[in-house]
Amino acid sequence: MEGFLQPVVDLFGPAWPAVWTLIKIVAVVAPLMGAVAYLTLAERKVIGYMQVRIGPNRVGPAGLLQPIADGVKLLLKEIIVPSGSNKGLFILGPILAIAPALAAWSVVPFDDGLVLANVNAGLLFLLAITSMEVYGVIIAGWASNSKYPFLGAMRAAAQMVSYEVSMGFALICVLLISASLNLTDIVHSQGEGRFHDMGLSFLSWNWLPLLPMFVVYLISGIAETNRAPFDVVEGEAEVVAGHMVEYSGMTFALFFLAEYANMILVSILTSVLFLGGWLSPFGFLPDGFHWLALKTAMILFVFLWARATFPRFRYDQIMRLGWKVFIPVTLVWVFVVAVWMMSPLSIWK
Amino acid sequence: MEFKTFVFYFLAVIMVFAALRVITVRNPVHAALFLVLTFFNAGGIWLLLQAEFLAITLVMVYVGAVMVLFLFVVMMLDINLDRIREGFWSYLPVGALVGVLILIEMVMVLGGRYFGLDAMPTPPAAQEGYSNTRELGRVLYTDFVYPFELASLVLLVAMIAAVALTLRKRKGVKYVNPADQVAVRREGRVELVKMSAEKE
Repeated sequence: MEGFLQPVVDLFGPAWPAVWTLIKIVAVVAPLMGAVAYLTLAERKVIGYMQVRIGPNRVGPAGLLQPIADGVKLLLKEIIVPSGSNKGLFILGPILAIAPALAAWSVVPFDDGLVLANVNAGLLFLLAITSMEVYGVIIAGWASNSKYPFLGAMRAAAQMVSYEVSMGFALICVLLISASLNLTDIVHSQGEGRFHDMGLSFLSWNWLPLLPMFVVYLISGIAETNRAPFDVVEGEAEVVAGHMVEYSGMTFALFFLAEYANMILVSILTSVLFLGGWLSPFGFLPDGFHWLALKTAMILFVFLWARATFPRFRYDQIMRLGWKVFIPVTLVWVFVVAVWMMSPLSIWK
Repeated sequence: MEFKTFVFYFLAVIMVFAALRVITVRNPVHAALFLVLTFFNAGGIWLLLQAEFLAITLVMVYVGAVMVLFLFVVMMLDINLDRIREGFWSYLPVGALVGVLILIEMVMVLGGRYFGLDAMPTPPAAQEGYSNTRELGRVLYTDFVYPFELASLVLLVAMIAAVALTLRKRKGVKYVNPADQVAVRREGRVELVKMSAEKE
């Protein structure tokens, strides 16, 4: 490997580390974009079957080329900038939506050591980056200079800020018991304990001792990505498409990409933080990336399932759930876990 | 030029520019967004100082929460530029006084002998396995635990005061009680009436 790459390394000289990092970024982002494209197809198929329909089946075999066709269509469409809008910010909105959605992937570990940036404060970095996602929505809603986008943006700002708090508390529980902010270490800390020694590794993952936090994190994740049943931000029956009303072509596609990339991100993070990441559920099976992919796919299915099943929450109900249910529950559970760790019954020694 | 120096100047130039734009730009929403950019670059500079916990917390708290609410408010305001400019000359003396005071303080701190390179040499490089977060947490919860608790108490009081100030009970407000809604049973809502079929 080393000898094979040497001519390329020499070619770039001192710029090689930058080039190598770029190659790694492409290696993460390109499959991600593919996953996003096929997640849209999976969504339409899953919801189709749940509603006793077939879903898209015309483009390519069994509709497999549908995302490609959609992508080409969006690329070729004209970008219309409304005349009364704030032009610079109108374009900046979708860019600010997609940038954090992609930047967050830099600290996600895919396998032992297979991570773009193995930083110590990885979890903190993720919290900071995901907290910036709301800017794209707010700026887009304001810059459109139109009523529905503005209403959507206001809803988004309130909703995303509220659910970030409970998400943060859920993560505090995880880092309490892992004693680390490094995502790779968090996965390793789940691969030990009494059940792990018995070969039943899936019982030693964080989801069991932190079951309430697991549920809160998953639901907050759905709310944070503005997915149904928490999609009041773009609730088409009320505010048409919320902040995206005035967007067309690639500017709209960027919002779309950001939403699905965030869905995958929340799913993969749930797998890493609560479901043992790339660890295998049973002692006799080898660990590997395929386990992470499988767990992520399962949680993504829950996202689609929830969308096909539940009616949209009313806005005041969303706020009530976030502030009056989740935050008290998480606050109490942080306290419970802290006491549990200090008591003789602690299982994390 | 070393790469780190380049990154520092890159961040610093953008930060100073953004900070200047915050006070020169006309549109308050633009000003708030430039403030976001300023915070973000300040976070980057703190990262260069290997204070990753503080840097990320700065971004998380100020960019992710405070400025979002700030924008939220600024966007809702109907801002009349003429009326804002009316008060400019009456506010100028106070503003100038505060500005001059801040300037004097900065000069005294930065130009004095307490913060010079001889008084504060560059700290030695951190050894392997050093975690900024862990170290900060240890200091905060052991050596400075009382000031820390006191600060949190002050914040708690401020929070409760803010809630208490804005809380108002209005008469005639309709709202639903979720507990009542959940407690609803079929018997309370539906009544089955037995009756013979009606013929025309």
